[in-house]
Amino acid sequence: MNQQTENKKNLLPTGKIKQYFIEVYEVARFITRFFKEIFLPPYEFKEIISQCYSIGYKSLALISVTGFITGIVFTAQSRPSLADFGATSWLPSLVGIAVIRALAPLITALIAAGKTGSSIGAELGSMKVTEQIDAMEVSGTNPFKFLVGSRIVATTLMIPALTMYNGLVAMFGSYLNVHANEMTSMKSFFQDAFSSISFLDIYASVAKGIVYGFTIGVTGCYKGYNTTQGTQGVGRAANSAVVISMFLIFIEEMIIVQIVNSIR
Amino acid sequence: MKKEPIRIEKNDVVISIDDLGKSFGSLQVLRSLSLQVYKGENMVLLGRSASGKSVLIKIIAGLMFSDKGSVKVLGREVGQLSTKELDVLRLKIGFSFQGSALYDSMTVRENLEFPLIRNKRHLTRHETDRAIEGVLQDVGLLETIDQWPSELSGGQKKRVGIARTLILRPEIMLYDEPTSGLDPVTSLEIINLINEVQKKYDTSSIIITHDLTCAKFTGERIAVLLNGTIGRLGSFDEVFDTDDPAIRGFYNYNFIKDS
Ligand SMILES: Nc1ncnc2c1ncn2[C@@H]1O[C@H](COP(=O)(O)OP(=O)(O)O)[C@@H](O)[C@H]1O
Ligand SMILES: [Mg+2]
Repeated sequence: MNQQTENKKNLLPTGKIKQYFIEVYEVARFITRFFKEIFLPPYEFKEIISQCYSIGYKSLALISVTGFITGIVFTAQSRPSLADFGATSWLPSLVGIAVIRALAPLITALIAAGKTGSSIGAELGSMKVTEQIDAMEVSGTNPFKFLVGSRIVATTLMIPALTMYNGLVAMFGSYLNVHANEMTSMKSFFQDAFSSISFLDIYASVAKGIVYGFTIGVTGCYKGYNTTQGTQGVGRAANSAVVISMFLIFIEEMIIVQIVNSIR
Repeated sequence: MKKEPIRIEKNDVVISIDDLGKSFGSLQVLRSLSLQVYKGENMVLLGRSASGKSVLIKIIAGLMFSDKGSVKVLGREVGQLSTKELDVLRLKIGFSFQGSALYDSMTVRENLEFPLIRNKRHLTRHETDRAIEGVLQDVGLLETIDQWPSELSGGQKKRVGIARTLILRPEIMLYDEPTSGLDPVTSLEIINLINEVQKKYDTSSIIITHDLTCAKFTGERIAVLLNGTIGRLGSFDEVFDTDDPAIRGFYNYNFIKDS
């Protein structure tokens, strides 16, 4: 299974840089394998749905709370600077733009990286070290497709959905704060908020969700699926799944924002 | 305790290993290893920790690949099979993992169901339930059917793990240290189970162990893995009829002799 890796390690002198490129190569192979296998039958619909449930539905409470608080806090913090110019009526559009363009995608992705990424890393990692993955393989089930494929599909579908949901909850939190201070009606708040948001913003936000979801899924699965060295390795897998996916999410954020701004 | 003689067909070789070599980086684990397992027999594989016993049976099951040599299982060269062909072959191989490897997110019933519904999609619910109850009964654990793996004892986990492989009616069983970590009484139960499986399911097996009681009462033949290759091979008495300290060590430890 790891024959190719082993041979590679023989040929190359050890060293951090070489190791880094081997890792990049391995990740690329992992992703290629995902795309190759996911489109071939038998499809693991049942497992995909059960993963969507545990990744999406079970994060709803956390995403609601954080979205709500983000909305309130962001609004309350922005009010003084706008008030200086007598422009508190701009709050709904400011919040709309900030939430959809920046806050919702990032907050959702970072929370999911912490919650979902670590649990995928730990779960697959412990299945690996206790030979459950081998057991699946010898019983004629493709563990890559069953475990990895379903999880990556689920994160890629669920994170954009959670992002949209998080954005809506944040705007609702913001509305409550604005309503309490400026007596704005719900209708005019959301009209103002949405009038400032373009379709490009929404597409970009969904695209970010998809990219971040895929990143979280791949990182968690790759780290978990390649866990070595017993229970210690499981902890390491969970930990590095979170750290690496958070790091990648920020890099991707930067790139996507550049791209979107060049289109705008 | 004594094992009833079993019929072995010496001209029917189910596992044939020839000049097998396997290294991990600079660590050479197996070297020019040759071994044949006959139909119907329990072949015990003895060897020290980290001597490559698990690696050997993982190569047999296609979970790892050799660097060199040939491994034929039921006439098929394992290293040269396509993924599909390998899956077909694997259905005939039962693998009992050292740590049982039960899926801990599933109940005992779901653990047993998993290989069945994924490989025999035509079965009805009723047939599936009957098959699950049948194998659980064979390992004496019908009452645990709705329990979670975390609620089972070590010996029970081993049994359920064995049941999960039996449900596909394998022709070959590979047991990785089936009695390790178990108390003597439970070990004896597992030893009896291995022999019952051999008889009832007509399996040919490789049993990895350091436990000479297990070796003596399950194995028709014993192979000792020494320095990456089969150092000794024969019946229990033949294998231990030697002064070689590497072999005597096993014996003296298990049967408490001063060395
Ligand atoms: N996937 C692997 N990568 C690197 N080394 C391995 C791997 N699997 C086993 N080894 C090494 O091979 C040797 C034999 O392992 P194993 O067959 O598990 O021993 P045992 O005889 O105790 O079952 C050990 O030194 C182990 O560290
Ligand atoms: Mg072992």
